[in-house]
Amino acid sequence: MRNKYSIFSLIKNALSYHENWQRAWKDPTPKKEYDAVIVGGGGHGLATAYYLAKKHNMNNIAVVEKGWIGGGNTGRNTTIIRSNYLWDASAGLYDHALKIWEGLSQELNYNVMFSQRGVMNLAHNLQDVRDLKRRTHANRLNGIDAVYLSTEEVKKFCPIINTSPDIRYPVLGGTLQRRAGTARHDAVAWGYARGADAMGVDIIQNCEVKGIKRNGDSVEGIETTKGFIKTKKVGVVAAGHSSVIANMAGLRLPLESKPLQALVSEPVKPIIDTVVMSNAVHAYVSQSDKGELVIGAGTDDYVSYTQKGSHQIVEGTLNAILELYPIFSRMRMLRQWGGIVDICPDASPILSKTSIKGLYFNCGWGTGGFKATPGSGDLFAHTIANDEPHKLNAAFNLNRFVSGDLVDEHGAAAVAH
Amino acid sequence: MFLINCPYCGERDQQEFKAGGEAHIERPKQPTELSDDEWAEYLFMRKNIKGVQFERWNHAHGCRKWFNMVRDTSNDEIKAIYKMGEKPPA
Repeated sequence: MRNKYSIFSLIKNALSYHENWQRAWKDPTPKKEYDAVIVGGGGHGLATAYYLAKKHNMNNIAVVEKGWIGGGNTGRNTTIIRSNYLWDASAGLYDHALKIWEGLSQELNYNVMFSQRGVMNLAHNLQDVRDLKRRTHANRLNGIDAVYLSTEEVKKFCPIINTSPDIRYPVLGGTLQRRAGTARHDAVAWGYARGADAMGVDIIQNCEVKGIKRNGDSVEGIETTKGFIKTKKVGVVAAGHSSVIANMAGLRLPLESKPLQALVSEPVKPIIDTVVMSNAVHAYVSQSDKGELVIGAGTDDYVSYTQKGSHQIVEGTLNAILELYPIFSRMRMLRQWGGIVDICPDASPILSKTSIKGLYFNCGWGTGGFKATPGSGDLFAHTIANDEPHKLNAAFNLNRFVSGDLVDEHGAAAVAH
Repeated sequence: MFLINCPYCGERDQQEFKAGGEAHIERPKQPTELSDDEWAEYLFMRKNIKGVQFERWNHAHGCRKWFNMVRDTSNDEIKAIYKMGEKPPA
């Protein structure tokens, strides 16, 4: 029986110097057969397993992860959560996730430190102004909170922004989604892992998938570094490595994997209490609870799996950050890293069945998957359990690249990809 | 970030170049006769290999010429560079 985290358990464990906390999840050896196996133990994969067990009574399932859980893009993103997307399909998908975020800490009995500090998107030219106003209207028609701010209102909401008209890319206005914000990325993976484990899900780390066994057009199981696992349903949630897994099953995906970089500064006292994003100059910044500025840079334009990225990408982002926030000019950067993001031609994800029975893909989240973690897990679990998509992810099928019914969020998603 | 040996200009910094994606994707000879599946394959589906991949690059801030490259995407090591129209190395 899993102990519930509470103020009382905290006090009780404080008295024993925090040496007797129960393990949050087990370390099982894989069984010979499962009803379903999720490939990839990041936030999306663990959330999928959690909802399969919780909502669809599939408890004989496993999550296999080649490294450690939450060690990929879950631990590398800039933790921004928002749902102010232009198109109806995206608005439905991302706002579904945002609604789950709002009650997630209580549901998981695990503090994911969800903080609705607002996300502001800046406009730097007349086309930005038109696009952002259009998106604000589209959001409100879809029941998503959004307001358009003048330059003065931007300055009032975040006083450290340089709104002088004579900078290279002056701030002409912005949008604000107040329900948006940030969460603690590791806690999301750990919370879902603990919740899934408590319902009997096997979380198997250091277990890399080496092959997918097919019998004709159906999945029979997966070859892993810990042996063969028999299963009729495989849900692949492998982010940047989705194409690698697809290749094992003889499938081709419309993805390109590229390094996306982020960096954090040395910790300082509270200076920015919201998230500010700027599409045109590709710079966004927020402040972590530790006090570090968390800065997101862009992707390189070539395919690479190196988790590094090019120096000039970071340099370009910091140029923009310094022009918008002159107060940061003497900040020192502490760490920089890259994650491999799988980008779709229309910059929208794929949550879909495939031409192979029992093989499902959840991929293509590109540069912005973290925000969708709970919704993605919920809808992907529905798709796997019922062998049919939920109405909220029906538009995000793999067949849209054949039918031409794309969900083009490239410029519209409020941030460049 | 790495150095690229442009076949026309010599070794230059990677930031002078623009990546042009997977190489040797042949433009359909009879576009009007293509099925939707074949269009999807041509337009969108990519190998996206982790390992040795054939790509097109353009020296955008130099001679502006296109060329091909064989590169290991797992460590960004360049294996070969050859001009457009030339046979890819085996």
